[in-house]
Amino acid sequence: MTRFRGFTGFAVSLNVQDDMRIGSARVAIFVITAATLLAQHEFVPADALAGSTLYIANCIYCHGPEGDQIPGINLGRGKFKRASTDADLVKIIRDGIPGTGMPAQAMQERQIMLIVAYLRSVAATPVSKLPPGGEAARGKLVLEGKGGCLNCHRIKDAGSRVGPDLSDIGLTRRIVEIEQSILDPDALVLPQYRYFRLVTKGGATHTGRILNQDSFTIQMIDTQQRLLSFSKSDLRELVAIEKSPMPSYRDKLTSQERTDLLWYLASLKGV
Amino acid sequence: MLTLAGASLLPAQTSQAPVSFDRIIGAQKEPQNWLTYSGGTMSQRHSPLTQITPDNVKNLDLQWVFQAKSLERYEVTPLVVDGVMYSIQNPDDVVALDAVTGRVFWMYSYTPSKEARPCCGRLSRGLAILGETLFLGTIDARLVALDTKNGKPLWNVSVGKPEEGYAITHAPLVVKDKVIVGMAGGEYGIRGYIAAFEVKTGKEAWRFYTIPGKGEPGNETWKGDSWMHGGASIWVTGSYDPELNLTYWGVGNPGPDWNGDNRLGDNLYSDSVVALDADTGKLKWYYQFSPHDEFDYDSTQIPVLVDMPWQGKDGQTRPRKVMLWANRNGLFYVIDRSTGEFLLGKPFAKVTWMNGFDEKGRPMKVASAASSKTGTLIFPGNQGATNWYNPSYSPHTGLFYIPTWDDYSSLFVKQDAEYIQGQTFSGGGPRNTAPPIVTAGFNYRKEGEMYGSVRAIDPKTGEMKWDFKMADVTDAGILTTASDVLFSGGREGYFFALDARNGNLLWKSSVGGRVTSGPMTYSVAGKQYVVVCAGNSLFTFALRQ
Repeated sequence: MTRFRGFTGFAVSLNVQDDMRIGSARVAIFVITAATLLAQHEFVPADALAGSTLYIANCIYCHGPEGDQIPGINLGRGKFKRASTDADLVKIIRDGIPGTGMPAQAMQERQIMLIVAYLRSVAATPVSKLPPGGEAARGKLVLEGKGGCLNCHRIKDAGSRVGPDLSDIGLTRRIVEIEQSILDPDALVLPQYRYFRLVTKGGATHTGRILNQDSFTIQMIDTQQRLLSFSKSDLRELVAIEKSPMPSYRDKLTSQERTDLLWYLASLKGV
Repeated sequence: MLTLAGASLLPAQTSQAPVSFDRIIGAQKEPQNWLTYSGGTMSQRHSPLTQITPDNVKNLDLQWVFQAKSLERYEVTPLVVDGVMYSIQNPDDVVALDAVTGRVFWMYSYTPSKEARPCCGRLSRGLAILGETLFLGTIDARLVALDTKNGKPLWNVSVGKPEEGYAITHAPLVVKDKVIVGMAGGEYGIRGYIAAFEVKTGKEAWRFYTIPGKGEPGNETWKGDSWMHGGASIWVTGSYDPELNLTYWGVGNPGPDWNGDNRLGDNLYSDSVVALDADTGKLKWYYQFSPHDEFDYDSTQIPVLVDMPWQGKDGQTRPRKVMLWANRNGLFYVIDRSTGEFLLGKPFAKVTWMNGFDEKGRPMKVASAASSKTGTLIFPGNQGATNWYNPSYSPHTGLFYIPTWDDYSSLFVKQDAEYIQGQTFSGGGPRNTAPPIVTAGFNYRKEGEMYGSVRAIDPKTGEMKWDFKMADVTDAGILTTASDVLFSGGREGYFFALDARNGNLLWKSSVGGRVTSGPMTYSVAGKQYVVVCAGNSLFTFALRQ
């Protein structure tokens, strides 16, 4: 069973059966209640997932992970100054808005539609907010102390480079997504954070995050933070590790500690 | 031999007789040349040249590179005639090069109309030649004849309306005194056709519509008026059997691509091979690979014609004229090319949309295999288990080699579609089910998540004999030679040679960009060269001296 990103409120799972039988996709679809954005296209969850990648790459630094960093605009809630339909949104993204900070985007229309799909999916989910009562300073202590997070993660110049870098996590991930990673890291392991284990013909074992591969070679950063490249013909074993190496913190931290940690992570906006 | 300050005339320029049609159908007799897109009208993409062998291929060296100005995918297979290479610079420039050094003799620059709107690349896959004339199909649906000596246009005719989505992206096919082209534009609601033009004047000689008109046999396979914008495009070069005088063409998908609700019926002749009388364009037979297709399974593959022993229903083995076809839908077929009789059908990759054939060779579709609003998971995915990039048949090994995508699926999503002239008319689209290669080219895939391969199968049985797996999928064609060397490439930027008998890797070169063409080979003055396009460049290799 392959699970895709679990946005709060919906999940997609594919039950792929073997050989000649067809897999079926079970999708829970949310009814969009926001009246500010009229539905003109039907999207599937895979569109939102692909769109989130494009949103992070192209939009997030101005609009923020929730889409509400520009006054008067809340992309995540379907609130726009100049758009009321999908077509309006596509035009704005493609052509920009002259005289404003919104530039034209060099993207194909199909890619722009994926961003629209992502925005719709966000608008269909509850508002992602920090739980009350947290404090970023306390959260930093949790991260550096009891949480042991820097054993795998890096923030600016501190910590390990093997796991995902968290220096701008508050900018690139919604709060609900950060929270999910803390509670259930196996729910979504993005392909660029996959761990592989390999064993060379000489018997040496290396585990690390994959950086790239082709038919003949594989590149990784290992648990000792070394950039390594191997010839596949020199290996006797190469497997992807299915489970995330990150443990769940549901029981390792108290509720308050998790809240503080969330506040701290949400404050990390990069250099 | 001319001399100039000690320089001598390069061997390339010693003989350049006009290319007769007899030379084209006898192309195997002059293996130093490459006279058609597929190397011959039987389209086996197999060369009799033997200078490069499994033992010495590791000594291949780069000879020269032609870097095109366009960054569009480079899908051309050039022609070589007596030391002169004729190639394309995307979208539709034609260039004549010295095949030994890569220096340019002349270049013809073509500016397509602003109305040109090819769906999937502003490019051309190549040229045809006859006499001292080259033929070029353009992305604004024109057919142009050029002089081989100086690149001057001889005539230039309109074949279709680019504002309606019509385009020509494949290399034309010359048959006797006619040049044949087909119309791309299946994503724009065209009504596809194949047309033949007199080589001397460009006058249209015949036209075959790939969708029958009102009252014609097969029109009833389209509900209502859906036939008028049913697609069924042509964008890969066909083949020709001189003994049967039949020309064979693979036809593209019906439109709208992913929503068949308003075009109920089999949708002939979409996703079919059609066999046409080469003189008149009349249909002799057809076989439809994917009736009422909703998965974009264009049958725009090269028809590979082979004469081989075949066991009949009486158990007797006799020589038979067959056609080998690895289809985008994941199935390998053997078809009698005289009659269209279905002889064999077998999956060559993972297939879930059908689970067998009836006694006439009609695929038995799984009832739930249909595009849907929420997405239906189907193997193979939208790009298919193979596609336009050419396979190869080696009469030496008796094997058929297929550029394959496997473990590859798509979620097929159906949406409403309204035909508007000049706009895409596709009715939804596929969604990825595995990590695509992101822009920077990083591959994070694991086992079971789509891969490419060069797959060798026994055409008598459809059984796989060997498989050369790659970590990424491939858009490269395959070339085989009589010395049992197989050349191909992939998206990772490797151009490689395998032993055609067993798939062992013999040599590879990193050419840096995606290999998106079918390799070809030629020789000049006894030296064999191998050519492939990758990125935006054409690379030529030969053995180290």
